[in-house]
Amino acid sequence: MSNGINFAFLDEYAKREIRRSLIKAICIPGYQVPYSSREMPMGRGFGTGGLQLTLALIGADDTLKVIDQGSDDSVNAVNLRKFIEMTCPGIATTTRLQEATLIQSRHRIPEQALRADQILVLQVPYPDALVIVEPSEDKRKIMHGEADYSRLLVKLYEDIVKFDEITISHRYPTRINGHYIIDPSPIPRYDVPKLHNSKALILFGAGREKKIYAVPPHCLAEPLAFDDVPFRIEDFSDSHGERRACKLCGSKTSFLDEFIDEQGVRVYQCSDSDYCEQQQECAHG
Amino acid sequence: MDKILEVKGLSQVYGPGCDLCFASTGPDLETNICPHCGSIVALHDLSFDLYKGEILGIMGESGSGKSTAVKCLYFDQMPYSGNAIFFDDSGQMPLFKLNPAQRRSLRNHRFGMVYQNPNLGLNFDISAGGNIAERLLMSQVMNYSEIRERARELLARTEVLTERMDELPKNFSGGMQQRVQIAKALATRPPLLFLDEVTTGLDLSVQAKILDLILEIQSELNTAMIVVTHDLGVIRLLAGRTLVMKYGRVIESGLTDQILEDPQHAYTQQLVASAL
Repeated sequence: MSNGINFAFLDEYAKREIRRSLIKAICIPGYQVPYSSREMPMGRGFGTGGLQLTLALIGADDTLKVIDQGSDDSVNAVNLRKFIEMTCPGIATTTRLQEATLIQSRHRIPEQALRADQILVLQVPYPDALVIVEPSEDKRKIMHGEADYSRLLVKLYEDIVKFDEITISHRYPTRINGHYIIDPSPIPRYDVPKLHNSKALILFGAGREKKIYAVPPHCLAEPLAFDDVPFRIEDFSDSHGERRACKLCGSKTSFLDEFIDEQGVRVYQCSDSDYCEQQQECAHG
Repeated sequence: MDKILEVKGLSQVYGPGCDLCFASTGPDLETNICPHCGSIVALHDLSFDLYKGEILGIMGESGSGKSTAVKCLYFDQMPYSGNAIFFDDSGQMPLFKLNPAQRRSLRNHRFGMVYQNPNLGLNFDISAGGNIAERLLMSQVMNYSEIRERARELLARTEVLTERMDELPKNFSGGMQQRVQIAKALATRPPLLFLDEVTTGLDLSVQAKILDLILEIQSELNTAMIVVTHDLGVIRLLAGRTLVMKYGRVIESGLTDQILEDPQHAYTQQLVASAL
């Protein structure tokens, strides 16, 4: 390359190593595969895990979409997109989900259903759901191997005892393919059911923790719950029990962000900016 | 009676160990520290059979190896040598030849343990009910209401106020912590229960209640138990058969009444005489 940097920043050996780890992760759904996470020209915690997966997968004919908290134009998304454009000359980027072949995201799974020819890469800060109940990684590995998630379930039990419901709002522990429980990255509960039987391949990359895991297409993904206390998503109902709507597009089915407008009024808006724009375009013909 | 546990030649050495360890220690030599290598012979050649529904007492002074025996059988530590076979409904299991996953499975589902120190048996960061729930969840009981109901039943059975089942056990008295531990150990209805100095440190009235409770459970659930204690009163009340240990060796064994009424070994005689 003219600027002396290899296509997609990582050297070919690093890409091959990540791809091999990815294949293993896909073969064992939910299993955390260790990999030698490279130093990237940005701090750990800024999406280096997801970025390395994206860089290992991206090809010249790919169209990339980068989202942060549902938005294409937040600082993190813009900077990651710029970095990838800079190090992958010739690749196309988009904000439209339908045009993208590779999507890197933080904190959200896009509102609209993904297709079989798309890959979603999620940035992960804490890959192990068991970390809240067991500090030793050695012991956590044994617990995962034996599918011993009783202590995690006790956490849910205690939640119900104290608050009459499970209070986990994001990073909801989810059992993949009937065995491994994953931390599905800080996506809201609303997005967890989208992991189940997804047509697209969903990959998780944790740069600081050096772990990769995957939810392959058409795979079982069951949020942890009790038989008589089922998992439930955010309902966005107001005090009258009516579903709140997006103030821009009027959607009553999307995940909403809450904020206070200039008049001090609490308003709601689609978290997925691309979806919201498409809804508005449809409304205006 | 059906046998539930067979222990043969169980030994435990703390330290590097040498060929002379066993010959250079024991009650006759009044030491369990090997003069050649400095290792501690905590247990040597312990053998016994345990039958379903039976309570076996292991008695001895501090450092006699009684707790070490139970810790080996409950997989808290692996022995230096020896065998133990657990006779489960599904067949015989050579305890020390099982892989770590099988050992953990036995611990979680078929064995119960009540430690002297409730810190070891209970998680003080979760409620009393949560502690019992953990054992039930290990056994794939996934219905919240059923877990609550069974935890309530177990706590009521062990005379813990059920109104306090959602409180942290660290706020409980020592006796109540011990009763929660017993309830937790019984959650999966294990056929074999280990009790390591369960009444030590508790006042006499609480001790009496816990001992009554253990006897009731044994007759109700036909649970086999190994009771480790240095308290003759506990042995007298609970155990049908007793092993007396000193310096890691069994120096006398037999029916509890026989040992207490007509002790043969000088150490046992001294022990019985000092208690009377």
